[in-house]
Amino acid sequence: MTTTFWQRLDKAGRNLAPFAVTAMLVLVGMIRIPVPAYAPVAPNLTLISVYYWTIHRPDLMRPGVAFLIGLLQDLLIGGPLGVNALMLVVAQWAVMNQRRVFLASTFVLLWIGFAMVMIGAAFLQWLAFSVLNATILPLKPALFQGLLTVAMFPALGWLLIRVHRAFLNG
Amino acid sequence: MKPRSSGSVVRLAAPLRALAHRFSFLLLVLASIALMMVGKIESLSVDTARARVTDAFSPILDAISRPAATAARVIESVVEVENAFDENQRLKAENARLLQWKQAALRLESENASLRTLLRVTPEPSVNFITARVIATPGSSFVRTLVVTAGRRDGVKKGQAALAGAGLIGRVIEVGEWSSRVLLLTDINARVPVILESSRQRAVLAGDNSDQARLLYLPPESPVQVGERVVTSGHGGLFPPGLAVGVVTSVSERGGVRVLPNTDLSRVEHLRLVDFGLPGTEFDSSPEWK
Repeated sequence: MTTTFWQRLDKAGRNLAPFAVTAMLVLVGMIRIPVPAYAPVAPNLTLISVYYWTIHRPDLMRPGVAFLIGLLQDLLIGGPLGVNALMLVVAQWAVMNQRRVFLASTFVLLWIGFAMVMIGAAFLQWLAFSVLNATILPLKPALFQGLLTVAMFPALGWLLIRVHRAFLNG
Repeated sequence: MKPRSSGSVVRLAAPLRALAHRFSFLLLVLASIALMMVGKIESLSVDTARARVTDAFSPILDAISRPAATAARVIESVVEVENAFDENQRLKAENARLLQWKQAALRLESENASLRTLLRVTPEPSVNFITARVIATPGSSFVRTLVVTAGRRDGVKKGQAALAGAGLIGRVIEVGEWSSRVLLLTDINARVPVILESSRQRAVLAGDNSDQARLLYLPPESPVQVGERVVTSGHGGLFPPGLAVGVVTSVSERGGVRVLPNTDLSRVEHLRLVDFGLPGTEFDSSPEWK
């Protein structure tokens, strides 16, 4: 059976879902919530999304996609260019290398795996910002942000599973 | 049916693609690092690109920030209803105190006016306020900025002061067509020339990404006291003198002098961008302001 133009268009649209969802999470992560000292530790939703899609649909979350999303985030948050791009590309690469382990494991192990990726990402971000500002910045806010992100993982993971089933298992 | 000539292109492209695929990680890492360097050197064009992208996404950010703000307001109002009685008592006491201050201010104002006529002081240039809504914060541990809904077409210019509540909160660093970005006092790149109100000691207020900013370049034995007010000094010509900035919260050997901004920077919802019409506020050509 040959696929028609519309079917191909539909498939392409569905295949865009991981990118679209992650880009949307970049924006959602920037929502201002009037809680004291929230903004510096706002969870890094983008990293959760990149982690999830790299494990489940690596064909749709390629290094280039991670790079583009990181670049978008850099441009929007007003920090130095390239920091988030570097972080997401490295995270994507690290998860990709251990993908078989993650795929075969339970949810709790996935969670622990994410915590490890988050620690690495927080450290990398801290290092990049410290080098770019030529000072040693406090590491604590980045670690708190990591903690909050790890705490957010189950909720956002559930949401991503719903999106995954709705768009890509048709 | 596919044309035959595409076969050779595919044959050539396949190894190239495999090569790119294989080294994509390395290439992208190098690209990120190159971008960091470009951002340091070519900060002006990066700023322009950033302003364009922020402009493009600001309608979406604006739309999604509204429900969040509404939800926060509902929760806050529930808490406020609980505390209404205490709050009422406190406000009554404060109102009584403020009425006394109002009398003092009126007396001083008339005295000031009469003294000004005696001395023939030239009046200060009039100021224009642009009120803008905050639609986004970076959500990063290392950047303290706000994105607001006012841009070039509303008259926003680079270097304008951002005021909210009881004082200065930052400076405009990037202007798009209908959105702009404010660098907060607490960002690591922020530097504001200030003066301590009672000791008249000059210093520079520098952010370090924490909730409080530090005072730099204070002489070692300067008599700084906790609770002293910090206002802009007007040096450097970016801000006028006398804008309230914050209050000294701690003085110590190791931590230096810490200043808490007057306005709670995490709760700023609307802010005023102010063009004081001072000479030398056009910082568009200076690359050092990020």
